[in-house]
Amino acid sequence: MNVQKQNHSSEQQEQILKDQKKQRKASYQNLMLSVSSILLFFFIWEMVALLKLVPEHYLAPPEAIFRLLIIKIHDPNPDGAVLTVNILSSLQISFTGFIAAILIGVPLGWLMGWYRVVDSVVNPIFDIVRPIPPVAWIPLTIVWMGVGLKAKATIVFLSAFIPCVINSYTGIRQTNPVLIHVGKTCGASDFTIFWKIGIPSAMTMTFTGIKLAIGNAWSTLVAAEMLAASSGLGYMILQGRNFGRTDIVMLGVLAIGIIGTIIITLFSHLENVVLRWKRK
Amino acid sequence: MEQTEYKVRVEHLTKYFGDLHVLDDISFNIRKGEFLCVVGPTGCGKTTFLNLLTRIIAPTSGELYIDGIPADPKKHNLAFVFQEPSAMPWLTVEKNLRFGLEIKKIPKDEADRRVEEILKLLGLGDFRNFYPHQLSVSTAQRIIIGRAFIMHPDLLLMDEPYGQMDIKLRFYLEDEVIKLWKELKSTVVFITHNIEEAVYLADRVLILTNKPASIKEEVIIDLPRPRDVVDSKFIAYRKYITDQIKWW
Ligand SMILES: Nc1ncnc2c1ncn2[C@@H]1O[C@H](COP(=O)(O)OP(=O)(O)OP(=O)(O)O)[C@@H](O)[C@H]1O
Ligand SMILES: [Mg+2]
Repeated sequence: MNVQKQNHSSEQQEQILKDQKKQRKASYQNLMLSVSSILLFFFIWEMVALLKLVPEHYLAPPEAIFRLLIIKIHDPNPDGAVLTVNILSSLQISFTGFIAAILIGVPLGWLMGWYRVVDSVVNPIFDIVRPIPPVAWIPLTIVWMGVGLKAKATIVFLSAFIPCVINSYTGIRQTNPVLIHVGKTCGASDFTIFWKIGIPSAMTMTFTGIKLAIGNAWSTLVAAEMLAASSGLGYMILQGRNFGRTDIVMLGVLAIGIIGTIIITLFSHLENVVLRWKRK
Repeated sequence: MEQTEYKVRVEHLTKYFGDLHVLDDISFNIRKGEFLCVVGPTGCGKTTFLNLLTRIIAPTSGELYIDGIPADPKKHNLAFVFQEPSAMPWLTVEKNLRFGLEIKKIPKDEADRRVEEILKLLGLGDFRNFYPHQLSVSTAQRIIIGRAFIMHPDLLLMDEPYGQMDIKLRFYLEDEVIKLWKELKSTVVFITHNIEEAVYLADRVLILTNKPASIKEEVIIDLPRPRDVVDSKFIAYRKYITDQIKWW
C-alpha cells in the first residue's frame, strides 16, 4: 500500500515537472513572437520614413531617433538636460509618489475592507475624491507646492492611490468565508484572521491594483511634467515640440513607452514570486 | 458526578434564523474518545448544528460545555473539517498543517514532531512543499483532515467531508479517519447523509428529524472494527437506521 502511494506521488511530481517544461517552451515561443513583432513594427516605420511617405519633419525614422539617443546621452540641448537626467528625474518623481501610494493606499484598502468602522469613516471622503481625474489636481498643487518634486509626486500619488485602495478593498472583501471560519475554529483573534487569512486572500486583487497604479502614475507624471517642470521626460517632449524637433518628441515618447514596459515587466516578476501559489 | 464522564454536553440547543426554526431543543452528551455520527436529511440543519458547536454562529438558546466549561474556540482545542474545500491556497501542504498549531502557539519542536507524524500517517511526505492546487481533490481533502487531527483536538467536527467523492476514495479515506482517530484518541462528531458511512464509522449514530431538527433516535453500533459492510449484522444496522428515516 505504502509503495503504491510513493509511486503515485512521484508520478504526480513527474507530471508537474513535465508541465513546467512545457510552460517554459511555450513562454520561449511567445518571447520570440513578441520580439519579431517589435522588429517588424520598426521595419515598417523605417520603410515609411525612407520612402518619404510622410514628410521627415512629421516622422523621424527609427535610426535617426537611435542616433539622437546616443547624442542625447551627453548633449543637454535643446531642452537643457541630458537624457539620463530626464529619465532619472521622471523615475524619482514617479517612484516617490507611487511608493507612497502603495504604502498608504494598500493598507488603507485592507483596513476599510475588513473593519466596518474604518470603512464608514473613510468611504464618504473617498467616494468624493475618487472620480476626480488626477490631472485636475495639477493647478491646485502648483499653487500649494510650486513645480518641484513634492508637487509632482503628490499628483502621481493621487493617481496611483485610488486603484491601490479600491482593489485591496475589493480583494479582502472577497475572502472566502470558509477560510475565515477555519481561523475562528482555531481560536484566532479577528486581527490574526485579518493578517493571516484576509491579507493573503486579497493579494491577487492588490497586485491588480498596484499594476493599474503603475500605469496611472506613469501617465499622470508625463502630464504633470508638461505643465510644471524644468526637467523630466514630459518636459523634454514639450521642449522638443517648442523647438519643432519631432525626433526629440518621439525619443521622449519611446523612452516613456520602453521604461513603462520595463517597470511593468519587473513588477510582473515580483508578482509571480509573491503569488507563486496560484494556479497558472 | 455523572457529568464529568462526558467530554461534551449539549443542552437544549435551539436556533432560529429570523423566523426560520432550524434546530429544536437538542440535548445529548459525547464521551471522551467517542466517534459520533449524525445523520439527517439535506437542509435539516446539520451544518448549522456544527457551527453552533464551534461558536461560528451563536445559538438562540441552549449551551454547549466541553469538560464542563462553556465551549470557546479560544480556550478549547476545536477542529473542523468543512463541507467545502478549505485549504489555504497560498500555503504549502506543510504550512497548512502548521496553520492551527501556530495560532495555538504550540512550541516549535512539538509542532515539528506532530507535522512529521501526520505526514507519515497520511503518506503525504512527498507532497509537503506542494501547493493545494497542485493536488488532486482527495489529496487536498486529506490535508484538511490532517490539519484537523494535528491539533489533537478536544472535539473534532467533520461536516460531510467525503460528500463529493466516489465510493473507492470514500472507503480509503474512511479508513484513514479511523486510523487517525484510534492513533490520536480524538473525540469526533461526523456528519453525513450516507447511512452506510455512518454505520461503518460510528460508535453511536444520532438520527435527526426534518427541519426544525431534533434528535429522533440514538443508535449504538456495537460492532467490532474493522467493520465489514457485507456482514449480516452490519446490514441489519443499516436497514434499521434506514427504516427510522423512511419518512424523509
Ligand atoms: N446564515 C443563515 N441565515 C439564514 N438561514 C440559514 C443560514 N444558514 C443556514 N440557513 C438555513 O438553515 C437551514 C439548515 O441549513 P444547513 O446548512 O444547516 O443544512 P444542512 O443539513 O447542513 O444541509 P446540507 O445537507 O445541504 O449540508 C437551511 O434551510 C438554510 O437555508
Ligand atoms: Mg451542510
